[in-house]
Amino acid sequence: MKDNSLHSEAFLARLMRNQLRLSIACAVAFVIALVALPLMNYYQSDLMAQRVGGFTLSWLILGVLFFPYVWLLSWIFIRRSLALETREAAAAKEEAGR
Amino acid sequence: MSPILTLWGGVDPWIAIFSLVTVIITVAMGFWSAGKSKSAGDFFVAGRSVSVGWNASAISGEYLSAASFMGIAGMVMAVGYDALWYPVCYACGYLFLLLFIAGPLRRFGAYTIPDFAEGRYDSPVFRKIAVCFVLFIGFFYTMPQMKGAGTTLAYIFPGLPYWAGVVVVGAVITLNVSLGGMKGITLVQAFQYWLKMFAIALPVFVLASVLGHYHQHLGANRTSQETNSTLTSEITRGALPAKAPSDEQWITPFGRLTTKAVDTAIAAAPTAEAKAALEADKRPFSLLYTYSLIIALVCGTAGLPHILVRFYTNPDGVAAKRTTMWVMILIGVFYLFTPIYGVMGRSLAPYLYEGLGAKGTDKIVLELPTLLAAKDLSLLGSILSGITCAGAFAAFMSTFSGLLVSMTGALAHDVYGRILRPESTPEQRLRAFKWCAVLIGGMSIGLGMQVEALEINFMVGQAFAIAAASYFPLLFLSVWWRGMTMPGAAAGMLAGGLSALAAISLTSFSDIALAGAKKLPALDVAAYWADRPLAKALADFWAAQPLARILCEQPAIWAVPLAIGLMWIVSKATAQEIPKDIRMKMLVLHAPESLGLKQEYIKEHEGVGH
Repeated sequence: MKDNSLHSEAFLARLMRNQLRLSIACAVAFVIALVALPLMNYYQSDLMAQRVGGFTLSWLILGVLFFPYVWLLSWIFIRRSLALETREAAAAKEEAGR
Repeated sequence: MSPILTLWGGVDPWIAIFSLVTVIITVAMGFWSAGKSKSAGDFFVAGRSVSVGWNASAISGEYLSAASFMGIAGMVMAVGYDALWYPVCYACGYLFLLLFIAGPLRRFGAYTIPDFAEGRYDSPVFRKIAVCFVLFIGFFYTMPQMKGAGTTLAYIFPGLPYWAGVVVVGAVITLNVSLGGMKGITLVQAFQYWLKMFAIALPVFVLASVLGHYHQHLGANRTSQETNSTLTSEITRGALPAKAPSDEQWITPFGRLTTKAVDTAIAAAPTAEAKAALEADKRPFSLLYTYSLIIALVCGTAGLPHILVRFYTNPDGVAAKRTTMWVMILIGVFYLFTPIYGVMGRSLAPYLYEGLGAKGTDKIVLELPTLLAAKDLSLLGSILSGITCAGAFAAFMSTFSGLLVSMTGALAHDVYGRILRPESTPEQRLRAFKWCAVLIGGMSIGLGMQVEALEINFMVGQAFAIAAASYFPLLFLSVWWRGMTMPGAAAGMLAGGLSALAAISLTSFSDIALAGAKKLPALDVAAYWADRPLAKALADFWAAQPLARILCEQPAIWAVPLAIGLMWIVSKATAQEIPKDIRMKMLVLHAPESLGLKQEYIKEHEGVGH
């Protein structure tokens, strides 16, 4: 079996590495928000209790803004991940045709 | 008056009509699609041909249960800010599913989770363990749905006993599932999502325009920095009963939900110094509780078997990813609305704080529209209340149908088709599916009748914590780490799932005993505890060790790492058991489908007589 072919170790390792890197980057952006909000509530409670149009800042972030943030993350992930798949498939077919 | 007339006496006709129409449409759609479901594939995975839009609506319809429709609003009203973590994590947990699990799982091409477990590890034993967990988590999640059915029906028809609601709803759904299988319920659940969305959103817009907007009601609650003089509110609030949390406790983070354990300990502490020391622990422990809750909800969402099984109904991995994104949007929009009921309920219906469970804050979604009567809009109020009741019906019916399909699939496909009778024909399996649906439906009704005393939210939390500590680590590591072996996977899944279950059961055991003691007059309490030495010892232990209590009530913060750690250690120790064709399996999981690897994998296995 050739080194670069579909069934090679190198192909699988590259495939998984690229996809996992993208997934982890998006997960980190999500986890940072999840970890940071309770910490902000804990250490900056006065700031988080400020009113923003009737809501407290903390309530506005958790009850409203968190949802669009996660939608944005998932939209970015899907776009990048589908582009990645198309590129991998094209590269693999090119290798096979050589 | 005849008994039937007495039963109808206290019923609002609008509520009855809307609820009845929901049930009739559900049954009619079930019959209609029954004619279109023919093959075994239709029954188990809806022919793997459900489009993104339909599937996203159906998954959302299945996911938004009675706990979401009524429980979250009630909880926001009861405890305030901290309850917001529930809707946020219920919706955002799907991001983990999208990033790490949805695409690969669909590409693997198995029928069910136990199929995946066996295919990934070449181990029939592991299939049996996985089947047990599907049924186990399924029944845990079914019980609160049944409780929701029983209490909602009893609310609508005040004369009806609790068990009657359980039997009626259980029978309707069992009929639907055994007639149409997965394909049948896909349509019904998609319809029910839009019904629920409509039923939660429309009353909010009407109520807000008449009774004051979200931010106005929230603004009526004073934070710690505001005095009554600086607070200007357009809302006239009802008087809060003594049982209600104070404004500051309610609107700021780390309120009652997270400080309950330490509060109990402070009440039981013997000296003033001990009380002061515990007071200092209160906030750090609240932070710990919050993080553990977040882990349970986010990881639990990514590990619920009845949700995972739906991803197999997508045509391919790309569609599975797109579906997940749409599910997050559909569910997120729904969850934007539910807390509004709780916030408005706090200022408009504070008398609900006096009641407990189904008679208290839990019914705020059904109760709030009737407050329009005070503004001379009682007809509109009745109609809107009828619509929210129809939404509640749709909520527990659709979640129960999803659970029934996934549990029936596990029993009919995995136990009957793979373990008991591997040589059975597709026709026999189809018949087995129908009988298994009836069997599991019957068992669910039986179990549902036993749980009237338990809280809906609490039971749902149990199912999530168990899923977070068992299925999530299993799926995550199986997909991304090729060094994982069957003994490692089984050890981690069993240890994580069972220890989380044991910890939660300990707290619920003493909570039920404590609830019993609270109902008694003060004189009898000593005698009550003398009859229950174990429960008394446990209650004393919790009061002395609030940290232990928090870690048992919210076990995810240690149970998830425990499961992952065990999987890693045991897999390293049994590295010789890594499947021989692991590279091929990983390729199938991760390579784009346009390369056509899936077919090769199946052919290779056929070649060796699989």
